[in-house]
Amino acid sequence: MNILEFKNVTKTFGGLTAVGNVSFEVEKDSIFGLIGPNGAGKTTIFNLITGIYKISQGEIYFKEDPIHDLQPHKIAQRGITRTFQNIRLFKKLTTYENILTACHDNATYGIVNALLRDHKFKGQEKKLHEKAQELMGILGLSSQKNIIASNLPYGMQRRLEIARALALNPSLLLLDEPAAGMNPDETIKLMELIKEIREHFGLSIVVIEHHMDLIMGVCDKIMVLNFGQKLADGTAQDIQTNPKVREAYLGEEEEHC
Amino acid sequence: MNWFYIKGILILSGINLLAVLGLSLLTGFTGLFSFGHAGFMAIGAYTTAVMTIHFHLPFMVALGVGGLAAALASLIIGKLTLNLKGDYFCIATLGLGEAIRLILDNVQYFGGARGWPGIPLHTSLLNVFIIDVVGIVFLAFLIRSRHGRNMIAIREEELASQIIGIDVFKYKMKSLMISALYAGVAGGLYGHYLGFLQPKMFQIIKSTELTIIVIFGGLGSISGSALGAVILTALPEALRSFDKWRLVVYGAAVIFIMISRPQGLMGGYEITPTNIKCFLFRFVKKDKKHQGMGGR
Repeated sequence: MNILEFKNVTKTFGGLTAVGNVSFEVEKDSIFGLIGPNGAGKTTIFNLITGIYKISQGEIYFKEDPIHDLQPHKIAQRGITRTFQNIRLFKKLTTYENILTACHDNATYGIVNALLRDHKFKGQEKKLHEKAQELMGILGLSSQKNIIASNLPYGMQRRLEIARALALNPSLLLLDEPAAGMNPDETIKLMELIKEIREHFGLSIVVIEHHMDLIMGVCDKIMVLNFGQKLADGTAQDIQTNPKVREAYLGEEEEHC
Repeated sequence: MNWFYIKGILILSGINLLAVLGLSLLTGFTGLFSFGHAGFMAIGAYTTAVMTIHFHLPFMVALGVGGLAAALASLIIGKLTLNLKGDYFCIATLGLGEAIRLILDNVQYFGGARGWPGIPLHTSLLNVFIIDVVGIVFLAFLIRSRHGRNMIAIREEELASQIIGIDVFKYKMKSLMISALYAGVAGGLYGHYLGFLQPKMFQIIKSTELTIIVIFGGLGSISGSALGAVILTALPEALRSFDKWRLVVYGAAVIFIMISRPQGLMGGYEITPTNIKCFLFRFVKKDKKHQGMGGR
């Protein structure tokens, strides 16, 4: 079963075609890699999935329901969350508050319940705190509990962003360059983390990355974009041997040298 | 200094405090600057006065109606302007505040620009105090619930809060309505304290005063807003001996705080029993450390 389906999606900004007629499917419980040179339209695809941009043409299906007309928060509530290329945490809040805020969708109490501090409020609030605590533990942030997010080391901020995304119980997680700015050691740890998250939460993951080791290491399927067009898709091996992909990354092969 | 005079200052501080609490939710916790809150105060003041004078409602009920009227007005305005981002929303509220004042200037039913004398004096120190306490407790409860946290999230990072499933527009709306409700009730108290209403009392200068208090007290701090309201309402009175220089001194005092403490008086911290304990504990610890250093 496909958890996410792109059908001939086009996005234009004025005269510029950022994403042109792209179709692909992400299988349930798989890790899907999205690669391509800078400016190929990878992040635009994430923005289209999460509803930040509206598509110009085509259709996007999530669990077989169209989602391309929904607002970002509705899409998030359906179970798609993401991280950002340039980290967007709630900077002045602590690690714990960041996660706790994101847990909000697991509770249903209204403002009146909150003002009266009744049973519904107390019970649900307790559950939210438990959930935040649990997520912190899983992502190894417990020792950073009361540190202001902007003071965390870079790698931890990335982790926190993932933790915050997981607080929504998503079924599809979009990671936008999760290893950007990480050293090789941290990248390997991140690879393990991504795999672990998939096992533990039963997620499907789409990941944009420039670290080829990471992409080739974790992804079940990879799609290559260039200038907003789909260049190729397939398994890691297919991609590595594809002449078109080599051309996009390394330039044309000269016939006589 | 007789008690009547001090009581008057306390009541005015209490009324300002209530309006500032509302604005604090909108500006300090949701990150939306408003320069039109005097407009909501005016709506609350005039509605409450109509309710007590023409409809003979009990004062507390009339205050509620006044607050709700202000909230309703904010609902309509919010629908139109909350999609505007940052500075644009700010300008829209500025225009709105002035528009409400100018409309009241021309409605003869409320006495027009000449004002409306003879409003019964129902506001007392006791009812202002009780309403303030209820207002502070409710606001604190709200901030410490998921609704409050969502509003703070919007202040911190709007895009990220959408991505974690927060309906940004809805929460801005809620924040605006609650803050207008507070302002409306404050307006109602104000009219029934002075016994006289005039559109001129709700000029842009009143809105700016409220915003200054919120920033002075520290954005994102309820105790800061409360402290700021009491200090900045009492300060001009304490400076009466400076005669015509007192507003200059007032301005200088505000500028001094802004330069020396840009995050405001409380700077996002709250005065709660646990925080006081932590603060004192840290003090004790520091002292011990110093002793240790000295011993070495």
